[in-house]
Amino acid sequence: MSNEAVLHAHEVSHDVHHGGHDGHHHHENFITKYVFSQDHKMIAKQFLITGMVWAVLGGLMSVLFRLQLGYPEASFPWLEDILGKWAKGGHISAEAYYALVTTHGTVLVFFVLTAGLSGTFSNFLIPLQVGARDMASPLMNMLSYWFFFLASIVMLSSMFVETGPFSGGWTAYPPLSALGDASPGSKTGMDLWLIAMALFVVSQLLAGLNYIATILNMRTKGMSMTRLPLTIWALFFTAVLGVLSFPVLFSGFILLIFDRNFGTSFYLSDIFISSVGALPNEGGSAILYQHLFWFLGHPEVYIILLPAMGMVSEILSTNSRKPIFGYMAMIGSLFAIAILAFLVWAHHMFVTGLNPFLGSIFVLLTLLIAVPSAIKVFNWLTTLWRGNIRFTPGMLFAIGFVSLFISGGLTGIWLGNSALDIHLHDTYFVIAHFHIVMGVASMFGMFAGIYHWYPKMYGRFMNNTLGYIHFWVTIAGAYLIFWPMHYEGLAGMPRRYYDYSVWESFKQFVELNRFISTVVIIVFAVQLLFLANFFYSIWKGRKVTTQNPWESTTLEWTTPIRPGHGNWPGEIPEVHRWAYDYGKDGKSFIPQTTPVGDDESEHH
Amino acid sequence: MSMFFTIAVIVLVFLVIFQIAKASEYVSILKGDENAKAQSNKINGFLMIVFLVLGLVGVYLCNKALFPKTLLAHESPSVQGEKVDSMLWVTLIITGIVFIITQILLFWFSYKYQENPKRKVFFFPHNNTMELVWTVVPAITLTVLVVIGLRNWFSFTSEAPKDALVVEITGKQFGWMFRYPGKDNIFGKKYFRVINDAQSNPLGQIWADNAQYNLKADPANFDDIVLSQTVYLVKGKPAKFIINSRDVIHDVGLPQFRMKMDAVPGTPTTLWFTPKFTTKEMKEKTGNPDFVYEISCDQMCGNGHYSMKGVIEVVTQEEYDLWMAKQKPNYYAAFPDKDPANQKPVTPAAGADSTKTLAAAK
Repeated sequence: MSNEAVLHAHEVSHDVHHGGHDGHHHHENFITKYVFSQDHKMIAKQFLITGMVWAVLGGLMSVLFRLQLGYPEASFPWLEDILGKWAKGGHISAEAYYALVTTHGTVLVFFVLTAGLSGTFSNFLIPLQVGARDMASPLMNMLSYWFFFLASIVMLSSMFVETGPFSGGWTAYPPLSALGDASPGSKTGMDLWLIAMALFVVSQLLAGLNYIATILNMRTKGMSMTRLPLTIWALFFTAVLGVLSFPVLFSGFILLIFDRNFGTSFYLSDIFISSVGALPNEGGSAILYQHLFWFLGHPEVYIILLPAMGMVSEILSTNSRKPIFGYMAMIGSLFAIAILAFLVWAHHMFVTGLNPFLGSIFVLLTLLIAVPSAIKVFNWLTTLWRGNIRFTPGMLFAIGFVSLFISGGLTGIWLGNSALDIHLHDTYFVIAHFHIVMGVASMFGMFAGIYHWYPKMYGRFMNNTLGYIHFWVTIAGAYLIFWPMHYEGLAGMPRRYYDYSVWESFKQFVELNRFISTVVIIVFAVQLLFLANFFYSIWKGRKVTTQNPWESTTLEWTTPIRPGHGNWPGEIPEVHRWAYDYGKDGKSFIPQTTPVGDDESEHH
Repeated sequence: MSMFFTIAVIVLVFLVIFQIAKASEYVSILKGDENAKAQSNKINGFLMIVFLVLGLVGVYLCNKALFPKTLLAHESPSVQGEKVDSMLWVTLIITGIVFIITQILLFWFSYKYQENPKRKVFFFPHNNTMELVWTVVPAITLTVLVVIGLRNWFSFTSEAPKDALVVEITGKQFGWMFRYPGKDNIFGKKYFRVINDAQSNPLGQIWADNAQYNLKADPANFDDIVLSQTVYLVKGKPAKFIINSRDVIHDVGLPQFRMKMDAVPGTPTTLWFTPKFTTKEMKEKTGNPDFVYEISCDQMCGNGHYSMKGVIEVVTQEEYDLWMAKQKPNYYAAFPDKDPANQKPVTPAAGADSTKTLAAAK
């Protein structure tokens, strides 16, 4: 559908400024407005709030297994109250520990940081920032959320089956994930896990195709690709990555479903399970799954990270009151990262017996990613330089993102070098690396986005003081939790261990583990404070009184304070310039909709 | 009871913070939005510098407390590990310098350029020279790291030296089994369908004809030695592991030797390294009388993953020979009647023979 058609279809139907009053043409009842909504803004909120529910659950799981790691000797009777047989005598069992670790990983990577982050902001920002009434296909967009919702329900249900949820790590390597006899978690729990993930892939594909179509076809007049805000570029590459790599993951899962249920041998060969004897399967390759998995798995890291990068670029520029430095270089580096993301998957597999020559190619390509990443970091730093910085909570989180991205990105240079990976692979060094660079950094991008666009979402502000507390405790906590883990990794301490006390090589970190667990609890509590702030402010936050509270240049701030379905009451505004005219010719900012003046200096 | 108390305290703290935050919002409205913003901007700008300073001090203190607990605090007990360590140091220095410079710039800029109504921002959308510099410099630096890395990588993954001590290592849920090729230096053939724990054939060695699977007994199996949990290696002699798994994917993790390789069912992998110090020497070097070289499973393999431990005893050649002489082929455990030691009472002559071979082995 062309933008014009959409424009006319909605031309008269929109109520605008006043939230309570319905449009003339279509009726919005509770169901169509809040549940099966086709408004991209509402779908964004649905993704966000579902993501938050998962973040709380996934975060709580990490608190529980950190209790085990920090206090392996202690017993907590209340654990038995909530976990039942999984925590007999107030002590989390190994089985429950692994189930918690696995579900924490799956949920955080896919449900929170993919659906919750890119789902929320792609939906919310793409139509608003490119100047469209809605997505290319609002129906597909709605389906995308409901597939995600179904996936969530199935994943949730896997936690209540008799044999427990899947417990073989979020990467679900077969044969462990294929054989119920090898681990109780690989029984019904794994079937549900696979179904949930398959539904999730469907949701991502519907969403991704829609995002790409919208960005390519539905930009408003004057909005050339090189006038797009960097958020949109980042979300665009994210969608491309998802659309090209999720199907490969899907195929990997399908083969696994076949191996599990229909007696095929894609991944299985030469297996003898102590309790059942030799299995009939022959000729499969367990490593095949890893190739299929990481062909998504690595781009997935950027699916999570790119939206955060885009939003951070936008927020840093807006609040420094200065154009983003090197706009074209930023797009170029996003592009380079997106391409390279597809060519580095085997760096997760250096110790699987990979051909050393092949390994060397992957080392080269992996370390190459550091170049566009370095460009981005230096460009962000230069954006801050000689700016006029306003520390809104969103801006604080954006600065925090840059700090974490540097810290976590640099350790990627260690791990990407296969000769070092042989030593550090699957130790706590890896845990520290990817939690900082992908987990916490993306979370910071998400928080930055939430604080920054909250006024647009709900027409109110979140409480600033709580935002500041949230930021400072979280960034300090993130470093206190993950920085020391590098040292545990340098001691060779393996990840995914339930108990280290019997290991002469790793038992020296008892106190450190206790310290980390304590910080985890505090940081988790502060996230609850953030949630309280979020939900309280929806109804009671300070009202937004001006259309453009951050004095930003982009299109979303030209809509009414509480935009209806269709976003702009009249014509969609025309764009005359790029998104970063801050501080130009002595003006604080020039919105994209302002035509270029005769006396203006060099124009983009 | 204490649980309720804790929850009550947490909820109370929450409410207090929340109320203060709300009050601060009212105050800011009373004071005027602009004033309040200017004030909170000053506080956050100041906190940027505080965070930077405390952070760098924290990095130093953390290093002081934890570095002695890492493997880097002692010389690596393998030749390969030394290369890993030197590479770690080079990488650490390069990334460390970048880390410190960029973090200082980030927080210093944030502090220095906090909003000031008098400042006019510098409209600076791009600069080709600067962008070129920070594309080329990282690229060159990374090339150096790649070169060092690949040289080591190819040396680690190269063919093991011919004189290496070859040991087959097999993972299963949840333990390690080791096989030495015995006197003939050949590993007998295996087939996973003839694995039988009860009949002392945990690896599926083919040592009897089997019509069902069309297998012929492999005599090379008759002298193979099979052990569990502890493996002996020789100081100064390259050791090559041929790595297998019997069920799911495991990983032979050798933290002290800085080496690691997956054990994949159906696909054997290899790994070699040269131990430099005996276990006894390491006890002295680390000052830990309980020191052992441990094999940790580094690939999630089920609920007992954390307990899947093996031990490597590195000994001198003499100690190794003495120890090896005492080991019996696994074949005799499965077929006690074939064991020369058991045949002694029946035919004294055979017994005399076996003593001779044992003596010869020594």
